[in-house]
Amino acid sequence: MTIITPDTKPAAVPGSSRVLLAYLKRDKLALAAAIFLAIVVLAAILGPWLVGDVASRLGLRQRNLAPFSLESGWIYVLGADTLGRPILARLIVGAQNTLGIAAAAVFASMLVGGTLGLIAGYSERWYSHLILRLADIVMSFPSLLLALIVLYTLGPSITNLVIVLAVTRMPIYLRTARAEVLELRERMFVSAARAMGATPARIIIRHIAPLVLPTLVTISAIDFATVILSESALSFLGLGIQPPDFTWGAMVANGRGYLATAWWIAFWPGLAIMLTTLSLNILSNWARTVADPQQRWRLQKLRKAAR
Amino acid sequence: MIAYLGRRASHSILSVIGLLTLVFFLTRLTGDPSALYLPLDSTAEARADFARLNGLDQPIYWQFLEYLRDLLQLDFGQSLRQNRSAIEVALEAFPETLKLAVVAITLSTASAILVGSLAAARPGSVFDRIASLVSLAGASAPDFWVAIVGILVFAVGLELLPTSGTGGWAHWIMPTFVLMLRPFGLLVQVVRGTMLSALASPYIKTARAKGLSRQKIIFGHALRNSLLPVVTVAGDLATSLINGAVVVESIFGWPGIGKLMIDSIIQRDFAVVQSTILVTATAIFILNIAIDLLYAVLDPRIRY
Repeated sequence: MTIITPDTKPAAVPGSSRVLLAYLKRDKLALAAAIFLAIVVLAAILGPWLVGDVASRLGLRQRNLAPFSLESGWIYVLGADTLGRPILARLIVGAQNTLGIAAAAVFASMLVGGTLGLIAGYSERWYSHLILRLADIVMSFPSLLLALIVLYTLGPSITNLVIVLAVTRMPIYLRTARAEVLELRERMFVSAARAMGATPARIIIRHIAPLVLPTLVTISAIDFATVILSESALSFLGLGIQPPDFTWGAMVANGRGYLATAWWIAFWPGLAIMLTTLSLNILSNWARTVADPQQRWRLQKLRKAAR
Repeated sequence: MIAYLGRRASHSILSVIGLLTLVFFLTRLTGDPSALYLPLDSTAEARADFARLNGLDQPIYWQFLEYLRDLLQLDFGQSLRQNRSAIEVALEAFPETLKLAVVAITLSTASAILVGSLAAARPGSVFDRIASLVSLAGASAPDFWVAIVGILVFAVGLELLPTSGTGGWAHWIMPTFVLMLRPFGLLVQVVRGTMLSALASPYIKTARAKGLSRQKIIFGHALRNSLLPVVTVAGDLATSLINGAVVVESIFGWPGIGKLMIDSIIQRDFAVVQSTILVTATAIFILNIAIDLLYAVLDPRIRY
């Protein structure tokens, strides 16, 4: 029991992050994915500040400019859209909305879904059954159809988009949290807390929630890519984000009409979505390998071979 | 078994009723259809007549009760746009989606089982790495973008395939491929994962010691036991296949349920929206029960 003292933990953390970095270096694909994601995140944070003006500047001479020509400057390297706006700059600026909406939706669905799951798992009252039935309804129906109806009703806007995406992803967090609570609430420490007179709210918040949270965070990391894809599809169908705001999905929709004359308008933003979701999936696969003791040797063996 | 089916059915019926209620009130919030269906200069009297004719002048709770009463009498309402029974419109579009979905899920499951098993047979090999990357790319690709690039390359560029519509077998290629992409990508990973753990189990060692051929061990012994999770995931994917169908149908002009849904939401054809939801939800419910029954066939230990 004395081995687990608080002061051994801080010492282990820098070491483990160094080990993680070493694992990451052994897996070239995961490393590339991590670097790409870092660039996208940087673009999302700094993009509007760096190239915000360029992205909305109309250029008559650059209308439908073909990619890979540097005549008009490096920012036009991916070509320009029908209004002569450089696509590279718009990609950089669009990263903020694309990642921001997905992050907000994932966070909201984790928070609300997790909370409802904790309640439904801990209590046997009528509202627990109601919560589960509601989750069933959302789960049993194709999310895109539901989102289309709701967005058409409420009107497309960023807030509504986040709400819809969050609601359609919520059942996953809800069910996972509930399943974990069902197991945890039979444990000794919960009985002990109950015997000492702790209220249900206190037991859930102080004793159960901290143990459920890591699982939910893991799911949210994997879910992030799915949410980006859903948002792009909705924006592509015209019920997502509305002009003048745009995401990568909306950019693909804009370029759809000019496929025969200017393929690059629709191509690059789609590629950006694909590379981002692919990187997220590669990284989460890598994380699963590292976290799994039966699989970790694949990365460790590589390290020995390299030496 | 019967008791199980009954319990399952009652849960599903509750879900469907909940869904229909939700959609009923949501669609009523989108606005007045008379603004869309009558000429701009029509008199207030004509509008009132239109509303009365379609029961839109009643309070919304009364409209809902009438809707429920009609539902019990298997009357699903009239389509405003096509002026015929709404359920007829929905049932006409449904087979088109079903055909596409069945072909896509069958092809993607079959190819994923083959690729995933071969990848798991030699973990770490070149084939395994390529299969992993391709499956990840398939699972990550935005379907609408793949469809557009497909049109760009094969229809606009090479002029090999038609851009949209239905007709001969050539019209099937692109929609099916785009629809297959995501299920294929996810299923390859599931098959590979379960096959890896199955191939590490003792009965495989026994089979090897008996001197069985590689094919028999992989496809006869290991695959048989790793099919269950694959069926689960394939079943889940079949529901989300409808999501893909919405996108694919609207891009390729496929006259299925997804396209009908988008069109009727935009044109405020309430009865058709509700009928498509009813048809889709029923189909998903039947599918889920079929998957549960398939479990029992695949794994004799499972009894209901």
